Amino acid sequence: MDQNVLKNTAWKGFAPGVWMDEVNVRSFIQKNYTLYEGDESFLAGVSEKTAKVWEKCNALIIEEIKKGIIDVETDIISGIDNFAPGYIDKDNEVIVGLQTDAPLKRIVNLYGGLRMAQSSLKQYGYTLNPDIEKKFHEYRKTHNEGVFDAYPERVRAARHAGLLTGLPDAYGRGRIIGDYRRVPLYGVDFLLAEKKRAKKEMVIDVMDSDHIRRREEIAEQIKALEELKEMAAKYGFDISRPATDTREAIQWLYFAYLAAVKEQNGAAMSIGRISTFLDCYAERDLESGRYTESEIQELVDHFIMKLRIVRFLRTPAYDELFSGDPTWITESLGGMSLDGRHMVTKMSYRFLHTLVNLGPAPEPNLTVLWSERLPENFKNFCAEISIATSSIQYENDDLMRVKFGDDYGIACCVSAMRIGKQMQFFGARCNLAKALLYAINGGRDVKYDNLQVGPAIPLLAGDEYLNYDEVMRNFDEITDWLSKLYIDTLNIIHYMHDKYCYERIEMALHDEEIVRTMAGGIAGLSVLTDSLSAIKYARVRPIRNAAGLACDFEIEGDFPKFGNNDDRVDRIAVEIVKGFEKKLASHYAYRKSRPTMSILTITSNVMYGKKTASTPDGRKAGEPFAPGANPMHGRDVNGAVASLKSVAKLPYDYAEDGISYTFSIVPDSLGRSTREKRENLISLLDGYFSEGGHHLNVNVLQREMLLDAMDHPEKYPQLTIRVSGYAVNFIKLTREQQLDVVNRTFHKRF
Amino acid sequence: MAELTGRIHSIESFGTLDGPGVRFVVFLQGCPLRCAYCHNPDSQAPGGGRSVTIAELFREIDSCRNFIRRGGVTLSGGEPLLQPEFAAALLRRCRSGGYHTALDTAGSLPLEHSREALDAADLILLDIKALDDALCRQLTGRGNAETLATLDYCEAAGKPVWIRHVLVPGLTMDSGALSALGRFLNPYRCIRRVELLPYHKLGVFKWERLGLTDPLADTPEPSPEEVRHAEASFHSGYRR
Repeated sequence: MDQNVLKNTAWKGFAPGVWMDEVNVRSFIQKNYTLYEGDESFLAGVSEKTAKVWEKCNALIIEEIKKGIIDVETDIISGIDNFAPGYIDKDNEVIVGLQTDAPLKRIVNLYGGLRMAQSSLKQYGYTLNPDIEKKFHEYRKTHNEGVFDAYPERVRAARHAGLLTGLPDAYGRGRIIGDYRRVPLYGVDFLLAEKKRAKKEMVIDVMDSDHIRRREEIAEQIKALEELKEMAAKYGFDISRPATDTREAIQWLYFAYLAAVKEQNGAAMSIGRISTFLDCYAERDLESGRYTESEIQELVDHFIMKLRIVRFLRTPAYDELFSGDPTWITESLGGMSLDGRHMVTKMSYRFLHTLVNLGPAPEPNLTVLWSERLPENFKNFCAEISIATSSIQYENDDLMRVKFGDDYGIACCVSAMRIGKQMQFFGARCNLAKALLYAINGGRDVKYDNLQVGPAIPLLAGDEYLNYDEVMRNFDEITDWLSKLYIDTLNIIHYMHDKYCYERIEMALHDEEIVRTMAGGIAGLSVLTDSLSAIKYARVRPIRNAAGLACDFEIEGDFPKFGNNDDRVDRIAVEIVKGFEKKLASHYAYRKSRPTMSILTITSNVMYGKKTASTPDGRKAGEPFAPGANPMHGRDVNGAVASLKSVAKLPYDYAEDGISYTFSIVPDSLGRSTREKRENLISLLDGYFSEGGHHLNVNVLQREMLLDAMDHPEKYPQLTIRVSGYAVNFIKLTREQQLDVVNRTFHKRF
Repeated sequence: MAELTGRIHSIESFGTLDGPGVRFVVFLQGCPLRCAYCHNPDSQAPGGGRSVTIAELFREIDSCRNFIRRGGVTLSGGEPLLQPEFAAALLRRCRSGGYHTALDTAGSLPLEHSREALDAADLILLDIKALDDALCRQLTGRGNAETLATLDYCEAAGKPVWIRHVLVPGLTMDSGALSALGRFLNPYRCIRRVELLPYHKLGVFKWERLGLTDPLADTPEPSPEEVRHAEASFHSGYRR
């Protein structure tokens, strides 16, 4: 459509900028958003339509909790335009669109792996249409098959022994955020034209595999955009043109996101940073009188309801790692603009307010980009909602803005990326606590029949105490090997994912030139740190098994523990982080991606612990690790601030993919009055982030309530808690994971 | 001169209940009282805990500046006034570092010992165990004359005070006594807040761990209803 026409129609009233000439959502936002510094009193409650639709939705969600799954579509497989339109309550829905033709009916995605899909179906008692299965088996190879065809033997051993776990070699990698805002702002035709032009203008010196792949990818992106239009048309909307008001903006944006979750089942399908963008439409409509505040909140509530019922078909093995059916529809709220203005709008409030209107929920994963300079009213509102719902996570905007600008979003839990300009190759994590045991045991794993998983370096033998320098020397050698193995593995995975399970629509909503990172992760940081501290400051004697390998440890004397603001041990943690990141960064990564590192376990800290023998810090075989960068539970004895101080020392520059800390406190320990509780939580957040802390999950809960919920899940259908990087329905966790949460440090004073 | 040292029981870096805002709470070791409802009996013996210098402790406190700058530092115990010189010096050090300072005390030591520390604090959290001297002796082993003298001193000095009073079923929850306490406190202008704290059993395990017999083993925690009733009784006398 002609720009002059747009200026008098869809773009009427918006301040002009470079965004009118090229795809540039940031320019649009910066020119058009309205800062809001007031309090929450403008917010509207639940409308009649919202109440009706949510009642139906909620009933289904509760039924799903009982049954495990509502339904699966077994005659059609994943795809943007493969399903007939579906509704929850057609007459009352103001925002429409479902993944399949019915709410909570799950999609089978075979491109990730046929076997995985089959085992997921079997778990719930479904069978795939045999015709599809046969054809797919005969004519189409999957990501999973490709990966296992290429894996070297040493990777298989490392996977088997739980040295590398949670790798996206059998499920969608996720952590790619399409810039879904482009669809409402420009309409699909504009985006199509841009992609076609880009393909035509692509300059190529040598037609090598890299360039051929890029050309093929753009072609796929163009097809995906066409399918997106078709899918929306089936719901009766023409999204080839830009959205003209708030309702269309939300609807168009949701269609774009919906296309992504119809096509892919990536581990994290985050939505980006949409609220401040949408507020530009809302302000224009409030001004012109097109919509009232109640109507806008209604649109937001309906949109959020839709996000709450996005589902993927997962395997039992996946659930053991990432429990509670997470989708990580992470939305980043607030933050500051590069020119020093805050980016809080009324829409930031409206999104958070859905936790009141619809009650607490784990999804979407509401993430506040915190800066000390955010308006006090907004800080107060966040704190209040956190205390009431435990559903918000906080991340340090002052830290990330420097690296990622002011139009980044969080993928999954803690991974910042520029929206539409950057993606990551998700790498799950490797088990550094286990690597320490390999350093002591000559690369062999006592938990797995003394299997030689790592290189056969000299065993630290003898009955004497472990020597810190000797252990460190071996650890260095083991981690040299491990970092290489890890990056090699990720290279294989992402090569195959691009080849067999490419994210067509998500990548269609990216620029052509993008930054790629390869996000490695570590698990067991606090176990490893405390173990090294014990070896250094106390005396640790290995207890040997029949093969002469250390299978347990005796500790004599005390030693400083991570989480007490004690530099003697906190420095060890810092050195581990720096050291391993540098090793990762030294290897060649697929598509010239830049290796980064996270300290994040999601819920897999339980699984990692299960697969790891006793460690020199006194942790016994099989016991869970602490989640993310948390200190081991019960060892941080100087209160929450000391614990946060230790974690804030971990250098973000060396863990740019995120450092997760999950903080749980009982309500009475936050202060006496409601106001004091709020203010103290704000002081804690301001303090943590000004110290350089990166991420904080805030849970304000009674342990007794969690114990009761374990025995009486039916009483707590909406009980939401934050675990490492995401929120989850507590009652959907496995019993082991529930116990892990209950046993963690709850900051409590009396 | 040898550097001044003190004995501390423990620290709480995120104190939210002992004074305004987020506070770094230092629990000093040693207490002259033997309260039946003590929830930190391990802080009573003066020789326990660990020894620290003012400089060491202040360094630890000050490293938490970003968290406590809107709150401050509170000295608690034990009874912080049992180490009056150390307490006063630590409070002064914190004050000169820009922190709001509070002293959580039962005021059970003579003023000539405690005055210096009281002067060095911006806020006194004064725990009145019982207004009735005999009951106070029964509960703590000591009378309340010094406590009330401390309150008078604060009143004369214009020092802000938060009163604390623990509600123990069967001992300190008599409505007549609570109302009398309210009437007694009413005229003191220095009092900014009164906190009636329900007795709880969270410290009971410590008695067992120390091999001591918990004198209130059979005393229950007060019900919310009883607490509301006690508050009403107190406020029938304390009318602000």
